[in-house]
Amino acid sequence: MSKKYDAGVKEYRDTYWTPDYVPLDTDLLACFKCTGQEGVPKEEVAAAVAAESSTGTWSTVWSELLTDLDFYKGRCYRIEDVPGDKESFYAFIAYPLDLFEEGSITNVLTSLVGNVFGFKALRHLRLEDIRFPMAFIKTCPGPPNGIHVERDRMNKYGRPLLGCTIKPKLGLSGKNYGRVVYECLRGGLDFTKDDENINSQPFQRWQNRFEFVAEAVTLAQEETGEKKGHYLNCTANTPEEMYERAEFAKELKQPIIMHDYITGGFTANTGLSKWCRKNGMLLHIHRAMHAVIDRHPKHGIHFRVLAKCLRLSGGDQLHTGTVVGKLEGDRQTTLGYIDQLRESFVPEDRSRGNFFDQDWGSMPGVFAVASGGIHVWHMPALVSIFGDDSVLQFGGGTHGHPWGSAAGAAANRVALEACVKARNAGREIEKEGRDILLGAAKHSPELAIALETWKEIKFEFDTVDKLDVQ
Amino acid sequence: MPFKSTVGDYQTVATLETFGFLPPMTQDEIYDQIAYIIAQGWSPLVEHVHPSRSMATYWSFWKLPFFGEKDLNVVVNELEACHRAYPDHHVRLVGYDAYTQSQGSCFVVFEGR
Repeated sequence: MSKKYDAGVKEYRDTYWTPDYVPLDTDLLACFKCTGQEGVPKEEVAAAVAAESSTGTWSTVWSELLTDLDFYKGRCYRIEDVPGDKESFYAFIAYPLDLFEEGSITNVLTSLVGNVFGFKALRHLRLEDIRFPMAFIKTCPGPPNGIHVERDRMNKYGRPLLGCTIKPKLGLSGKNYGRVVYECLRGGLDFTKDDENINSQPFQRWQNRFEFVAEAVTLAQEETGEKKGHYLNCTANTPEEMYERAEFAKELKQPIIMHDYITGGFTANTGLSKWCRKNGMLLHIHRAMHAVIDRHPKHGIHFRVLAKCLRLSGGDQLHTGTVVGKLEGDRQTTLGYIDQLRESFVPEDRSRGNFFDQDWGSMPGVFAVASGGIHVWHMPALVSIFGDDSVLQFGGGTHGHPWGSAAGAAANRVALEACVKARNAGREIEKEGRDILLGAAKHSPELAIALETWKEIKFEFDTVDKLDVQ
Repeated sequence: MPFKSTVGDYQTVATLETFGFLPPMTQDEIYDQIAYIIAQGWSPLVEHVHPSRSMATYWSFWKLPFFGEKDLNVVVNELEACHRAYPDHHVRLVGYDAYTQSQGSCFVVFEGR
């Protein structure tokens, strides 16, 4: 039935608050934590979020009668209290699939976390989770290779992979930088990594770095008889420069490159990921700027959403925090979004912060990367928390070894393998970690010295952002 | 031992991937790893190669993967039989995971000379 044009301002809830609505399997569902201005009813706030992130404008407009807006509008279908928080609530919103361009994470985020975040009726707004429908997932490219292809390419099985970032992160010449890569890899690491800040600075232009690093990787591989790689950072000022660097890495026969997906942007990331699929290149993903977006408990985007978006946009490894190191991260929450990276189905589980059932279908998995302030004493906990499909990265914990990076790398490799072996043999490695490490150190002077060097270091600050549970 | 007074020289070693940095396993320790492979529901698989080809993706199968094998002793006997037949080859044990089409476990049990 046709409607009449009635100019003026209507309440959002008249159109966008639909508590009887049953979401479709093809709907994209979102959970927002809303904190409204005082005196504004919850339903009005929630409906405003649904409207402003989909079809709505502040005023009724004549041109909306040219289409069937009921078909296109986002709807708030449920409101829930946030445990232990009187001023905020969760709003669950369903968006019809046709609101989004196929395969475009950029488009999804522009709608869901666009203008609505500056909306005056809200004090704070946080996107907690998105349930991507299978119909959308099947249009996304996803990881260029995925966990199992990466294991086959790198010949690493039955254990977490081991890496480290080259330090000092800025200021080394290309040749000196390659030396540090060589030391780490010959000592037993699988991967080394460009620090995210390393792009192409005056002290070390990218081409120079790539050439010395490639020589270091080849040498270490020949001498150790194991597959090695270095994440060559291709993040650049323009897409053209990014692809130029990726092409050169391929020319040098390197196995893996790297991109910073938030500062670089989702469009650049999806493009580079597709290039990697086409060119047989692994892709390591850094997440600089994420804490600006995800750390405040009431405003921004939770990292589980950013992690899901990365899996859809594409990457073979993604940083997830360490739980035990120097950077923020609660254990249950971290486990929750690690599942989103690696599993093919993740059930709703509020104790892990997952608000929806999420079916990933045939989308390949992404390695979880734990990096930042970790050392050998953390190894038993890391193996236990992250499991085999992870990359454990020790920067200071490798280069800070009194004998240098090669010995530091060997110490970490011995510790890692001792923990995996003990776990497989049925030992509780977190409880027995001390005995396992000290036992392994009897055969490894490098590990014995590492254990001695880092024994006093702990990071025991409470996390700022906790799960909303009582 | 006074560690901090000396800087040691770390010599590069050629290793054979997982568990390459640990001392050779005892018989009991190998049993534990086989038990783990079986408990995960993976199929044991024995592969061997001449040391000059150790970096190749494909090593030679010893017979076929032991699909569904649950008996530890059968696996141990096959490992030893392979080692006797190819004493100068590396022999590795794989826990093959048909669900992921990957290897849940893989390590060298006998090193060839």
